[in-house]
Amino acid sequence: MTAVLFENVSRHFGAVRAVDSVNLAIAEGEFFAMLGPSGSGKTTCLRLMAGFEQPTGGHIEIFGETAEGVPPYRRNVNTVFQDYALFPHLSILENVAYGLMVRGIAKAERLKAAENALAMVKLPGYGSRRPGQLSGGQRQRVALARALVNRPRVLLLDEPLGALDLKLREQMQEELKALQKSLGITFVFVTHDQGEALSMADRIAVFNEGRVQQLGTPEDVYKRPQTRFVADFVGSSNVLAPSFVHSLGYPARYASLRPEALALGEGGSNARRFSGTVVATSFLGATNRLTVEAAGTRIAAMLPASAAVPPQGTGVTLSFAAEDLHLMDEAA
Amino acid sequence: MSVVAENPILARRTSTFGRLSDYFWLNPKLFLLMLLAPPLPWLGIIYLGSLFALLLQSFFSIDEFSGLINYEFTLDTYRQLLIPANFDIILRTVIMAALVTLASALIAFPIAYYAARYARGKWKALFYLAVMLPLWSSYLVKVYAWKLILAKEGILNWGFAKLHLTWLLDAWLALPVVGGNSLSISYTGTFIVFVYVWMPFMILPIQAALERVPVNLIEASADLGGNPGQTFRHVLFPLALPGIIAGSIFTFSLTLGDYIIPQIIGSSRLFIGQAVYAQQGTAGNIPLAAAFTVVPIVIMGFYLWMAKKRGAFDAL
Repeated sequence: MTAVLFENVSRHFGAVRAVDSVNLAIAEGEFFAMLGPSGSGKTTCLRLMAGFEQPTGGHIEIFGETAEGVPPYRRNVNTVFQDYALFPHLSILENVAYGLMVRGIAKAERLKAAENALAMVKLPGYGSRRPGQLSGGQRQRVALARALVNRPRVLLLDEPLGALDLKLREQMQEELKALQKSLGITFVFVTHDQGEALSMADRIAVFNEGRVQQLGTPEDVYKRPQTRFVADFVGSSNVLAPSFVHSLGYPARYASLRPEALALGEGGSNARRFSGTVVATSFLGATNRLTVEAAGTRIAAMLPASAAVPPQGTGVTLSFAAEDLHLMDEAA
Repeated sequence: MSVVAENPILARRTSTFGRLSDYFWLNPKLFLLMLLAPPLPWLGIIYLGSLFALLLQSFFSIDEFSGLINYEFTLDTYRQLLIPANFDIILRTVIMAALVTLASALIAFPIAYYAARYARGKWKALFYLAVMLPLWSSYLVKVYAWKLILAKEGILNWGFAKLHLTWLLDAWLALPVVGGNSLSISYTGTFIVFVYVWMPFMILPIQAALERVPVNLIEASADLGGNPGQTFRHVLFPLALPGIIAGSIFTFSLTLGDYIIPQIIGSSRLFIGQAVYAQQGTAGNIPLAAAFTVVPIVIMGFYLWMAKKRGAFDAL
């Protein structure tokens, strides 16, 4: 079943087209990521699902029911806000029980449910504290428990890991993924971090300027970007101009080439190759990054740390397997 | 050479004044002491000292025959507050102050909400101007202006007549206690002018409190299923409460202490402020005047204590 359906949905603010004719079909139980730079329309899409915004055009369905004109408090959809939005005047337990309280669930019952939700996010016994006494990571978990305790059909997450440091972020990514699997709730996740989207999502919609640039599995989006924007934004793909692509023996179209697809040397018999000059090298731990200038184009290559790094200014030949170059739909 | 390179790495201090700055920078506690040295005696001696002198007076009594103050510790003066004539004054003032505070909060909240949530740019400037403008003109002028407005020949009566609503006004004025010959000599008139004069003191703190409530808390409440009424009750109101309390401290204590408004507009029955004025002036009964003055202080203290106990300041 389709959890959230967008049909040509637009949200214009005067002349600004925050969301412009977006089509989405998010399946039930899916972990769906909306990826894009700030101002790309991904957060507005999330707010349209939550009901904080109403579309200026198009049609939205949530589990087959028309969502336009339905205020947020009558949607069985919950949000984890970017800065958590915990109520500062309530205890952690009261925060988590809030959704049940406004629905009129008896006090003993809702506090018990809130206790259980806190245990689920690994914060048992924190109920009597205040939001101000918790760390960022703990507040994030409370926000998650506060949303999940309502058993929403769809959980919306607005850059929930953005304020956490790297280590905590990685840990929370795994926990979120595991939680989503065990609960089976549809998660819709907004992020500008492509690594986060790739590692967590079942499918990704890449947004730019209010439109969906590409919608597909992480592998699709990563390996087979359809537009230059996607190739550039998702990862650090080399975007090659049609003339250069043509010189390598392909049709004259824009193409993407992953840095890790490139190797030093001539390669095998069916490999494609080009020559250039090393303009920069940098050590990245597990790999070395080599920037080579060939025919006026700067191309990055990721080499294993074990390989010798040619010094800056030397001429090198780089090769790649013919199928690793991905031609994009965009013509010249 | 670049400009940066010409700057010495550790600049020399240049003057006595510069040396003093360095010294204070290195000794922040001393700096704080210097900062507080002038205002502390003012606050301590003149402000609090006179208050304690007043408190002390209230524990003395007056000799009824000679009219001289008897400097012996006694609670007689406080006992006098409880005789019906005096206790009526206290009750009247407290009820008026409570009603004025309640009405001010009810009127101020929507205005403050608009200013905090919706007003932007020039509308915000206009809001501040509209709220503050009445404060710039003389208090007495405003009160006398109200006397004319509320008078029998005033514009309000005229307006009611033109709207064929004179019967409504007459019906109200025929009521016991709140009514009277005309609005300008009734409790209703006193109430209206109190609410008008103290309104800015209620609007501004509520607006400041509402301004500090993040929008996403309102959204979070709606997201969790709270309808607008529930969001107001459980999120907006508790978070605005410190502002409402702050505003009510102004309206409540200003009404408790004022002696001009009830004298110009209202019935001839006294309020605490007038009683203090009368006792320390014509009657020369300083101890009783002091005891009357203590009443608002005690009431405010009790009020704040209750507010704190009820968790009004938890969100601060």
